[in-house]
Amino acid sequence: MNEATNPIPVTVLTGYLGAGKTTLLNRILSESHGKRYAVIVNEFGEIGIDNDLIVESDEEIYEMNNGCVCCTVRGDLVRVVEGLMRRPGRFDAIVIETTGLADPAPVAQTFFMDEDVRRKTRLDAVVAVVDAKHLPLRLADSREAEDQIAFADVILLNKTDLVDEESLLKIEATIRSINPSARIHRTERARIELDKVLDRGAFDLQRALDNDPHFLDHDHPDHACTPDCDHDHGHDHQDDHGHHHPVADIHDTSVQSISLRAGPLVPDRFFPWIQKTTQIEGPNILRLKGIIAFDDDEERYVVQGIHMIVEGDHQRPWKPDEKRESRIVFIGRDLDPEKLKRTFEACQAK
Amino acid sequence: MPTLAPLDLDGHCMAAAFLGDVPYFALADGSLHWLDHGHKTTQLHDGLLCIAAELQGDSFVSGGEDGRIVRFRNDDSAETLAENPGKWINCIASGPQSSIAYGVGRSSFVRTSDGTIVEFAEERTVEGLAFAPKGMRIATARYNGVSLHWAAARAAALDLEWKGAHAQVTFSPDGNYVVSVMQENALHGWRLKDGKHMRMTGYPAKVRSISWSAKGKWLASSGAPAAIVWPFTGKEGPMGKAPLELGTRGDTMVTSVACHPSDDVVAIGYADGMIIAARFKDQKEGLLRRGGNGPISTMRWNKRGMQLAFGAQTGECGIIDLAG
Repeated sequence: MNEATNPIPVTVLTGYLGAGKTTLLNRILSESHGKRYAVIVNEFGEIGIDNDLIVESDEEIYEMNNGCVCCTVRGDLVRVVEGLMRRPGRFDAIVIETTGLADPAPVAQTFFMDEDVRRKTRLDAVVAVVDAKHLPLRLADSREAEDQIAFADVILLNKTDLVDEESLLKIEATIRSINPSARIHRTERARIELDKVLDRGAFDLQRALDNDPHFLDHDHPDHACTPDCDHDHGHDHQDDHGHHHPVADIHDTSVQSISLRAGPLVPDRFFPWIQKTTQIEGPNILRLKGIIAFDDDEERYVVQGIHMIVEGDHQRPWKPDEKRESRIVFIGRDLDPEKLKRTFEACQAK
Repeated sequence: MPTLAPLDLDGHCMAAAFLGDVPYFALADGSLHWLDHGHKTTQLHDGLLCIAAELQGDSFVSGGEDGRIVRFRNDDSAETLAENPGKWINCIASGPQSSIAYGVGRSSFVRTSDGTIVEFAEERTVEGLAFAPKGMRIATARYNGVSLHWAAARAAALDLEWKGAHAQVTFSPDGNYVVSVMQENALHGWRLKDGKHMRMTGYPAKVRSISWSAKGKWLASSGAPAAIVWPFTGKEGPMGKAPLELGTRGDTMVTSVACHPSDDVVAIGYADGMIIAARFKDQKEGLLRRGGNGPISTMRWNKRGMQLAFGAQTGECGIIDLAG
């Protein structure tokens, strides 16, 4: 038994009541043969969950005593995960189904900020289930719906049978404008191959960006879409499906994503910059992800963050045919794109 | 020389304790094991979450993942005292006259010996519980502080506020102080007379284990490379005084502490399975167990203070006999 080398993967399901979270959860539980799950729910919903090990817990958001308002964890998850991990032989993975109104940030931060939880588990991905028919309305009247999209690594655009193609394209454009790096899958009754939602390694620096080989390419003028292009923005590759992603008119939301590019950077400028930016703007930053080229460095450096938590590591050598450029995306509110662009570019090697 | 009688079990040992002279070991899977003319065992719960020895010394009360509250007596009988289907019983405490208190979600419950159950609704999840040494009064640890309730009276709780998450709570044996274990590598204390705060910080890890010394003059704690022992001798408690640091090791952490029932001596268990005993007066140390496969998770002395029962997260349990 060595927990340190074999941490238990954790998948977080978010989404509004009625979007199809429990349907997806039951698919995971019934279709994933041979794998046993521990399921943590905040409330037993109308649809039953078909699993032996279900734990109900009250959502408890605990602020850390470090003066930072965005440094929050879910105290209930700390306790329940510790309890589950005292009997580790019972399950292979944990799925957390959050309430419709849950803020995903404290859920995700629990797996980085609590040292014991962090040692025994690894956050695999945040999966948001959204209702294609009702999403525009949700986005208009709630901050949580936006946060759930902004935070997601994988988004199931569910109930696509209830809306027409034109509306779907619009909704996808809206989702893309909030979160350009999430993978979007169209589904009916949450029907999806499970390898698209499980074992994604979305928070694993070594894997996160390899899963998305065209990270930030979709807004790049040089990028031409091909059938094997893997970033799921529309199933009908018949004509120009909007590589410039016009912001849909229904998107009167407050979350923005800011994608930045620059040449190779100087570490002594970049690290103080990312530290300072996340310290000051942390409460406004929901997620950040980046691939950084350092001057005179043969390896790609990848970073990701949630609010003020930032992690970075060398990932792999640059391939000979890869353009050595630095790319970073911030998803958040009230961010100043001009200032971020200016200060990011100032980290470049002369 | 102390001798060690090992008992290797399969699972995380949550509690080792004595009922009379018989040592008991409770595992996270809900099984209870004891050594009484051979190894005996029973299943208390499908998943144990909390267990406490009762003051009379002949029984345990426990709460489980199955939502049940169970009393186990040393005549091997087990009785279900309450059931909360679908809920985890997060914490339990034993009180005077066979009363017990337990926490389920955002409620604490007090059950008296006649079977009456009184519920106290809390604003936040009950993370820890303790009975006062005198009178039917309980303390509940929660987010942003501790609440004190008189079990018999429906009066408003006395709230002791301190920002942050509080995971366990204890009264000093003289009833003058309440101390909580926080989620964030600290203890926090209140002097009940005037609510004065006592911050006990500086731990490099979470404090999991605390233990009052025989006369309540000291509070020992885990969470550091040494056992951190705070003085509660003067009127000010530990304020303005440095704690003792006993059994300091460079390469591992203290994970469990248990004060001796009569002498100012503490048993110290480490993450590598080592156990020592250290005396407060001269900091003299004696080795009780060389080490093992996993962190010591629980220790308890017998009444006479000659035997120490211990358990580890990896299921290695045993009895150390000082008389040899």
